[in-house]
Amino acid sequence: MSEVIKQHYIVDGTDFTRAGEASGKIKKTLKDIGFPPQAVRNTAIAVYEAEINLVIHAGGGEIDVEITPEYVKVVLTDHGPGIENVELAMQEGYSTAPDRIRALGFGAGMGLPNIKKYSDEMDIQTELGVGTVMTLKINA
Amino acid sequence: MTVQNLIDEFSLEVLCCGDKAADKEVKGGYCGDLLSWVMSRANEGDCWLTVMGNVNSIGVAVLADVACILLTENSAFDDDAKLRAEQNGVIVLRSSENAFDLAVKIAEKL
Repeated sequence: MSEVIKQHYIVDGTDFTRAGEASGKIKKTLKDIGFPPQAVRNTAIAVYEAEINLVIHAGGGEIDVEITPEYVKVVLTDHGPGIENVELAMQEGYSTAPDRIRALGFGAGMGLPNIKKYSDEMDIQTELGVGTVMTLKINA
Repeated sequence: MTVQNLIDEFSLEVLCCGDKAADKEVKGGYCGDLLSWVMSRANEGDCWLTVMGNVNSIGVAVLADVACILLTENSAFDDDAKLRAEQNGVIVLRSSENAFDLAVKIAEKL
């Protein structure tokens, strides 16, 4: 593998049943090109959590992926409400997810902590009322 | 043991993809219903015991590469979840027993 692979996904904010499709496809691509298994798993978990966040909190968004032999970089962009307190949101157990989401097994306050745990680099740019851009990098 | 051994040993109901059970190895087990928690902690090849039979559970099972989902206490398995499980080849089983009782029995056989 020598080329850079670029992918673009649109995450539908109204259809919770489709959340996870983008992360599933990214995982398959990484597996197919022979990315190291642990890095594939880490990427899949981090992107799935981020994708779920787009649906729960932001009304959907877009995901841009760049895959090289050395790393995978994922940029998630939304035009949701923004994150009021990033430091608080990064704490395990802190959640603002509504009860209907909790009933589905989410909202445990593990999303952002999991993303951080499974990414080698994580950057969040957020502005209230404007949206959030999260950039993740996972090394091969 | 294989997932098929698990089905036979504990007379489990097969809800999806039973045809893959003979080739799938069960290496361990994990109990949990909070999906983020499970996704980051369940290991590849685990038998995952949960009451969550929705479409997102299937997503977690695929990403975490568990051997199968075992729905406990006859918990519900909805149509969206079944469709997603079929598309992804996820083995889904069910039992009337609770997670604790099942886990104890499964652990003895592993």
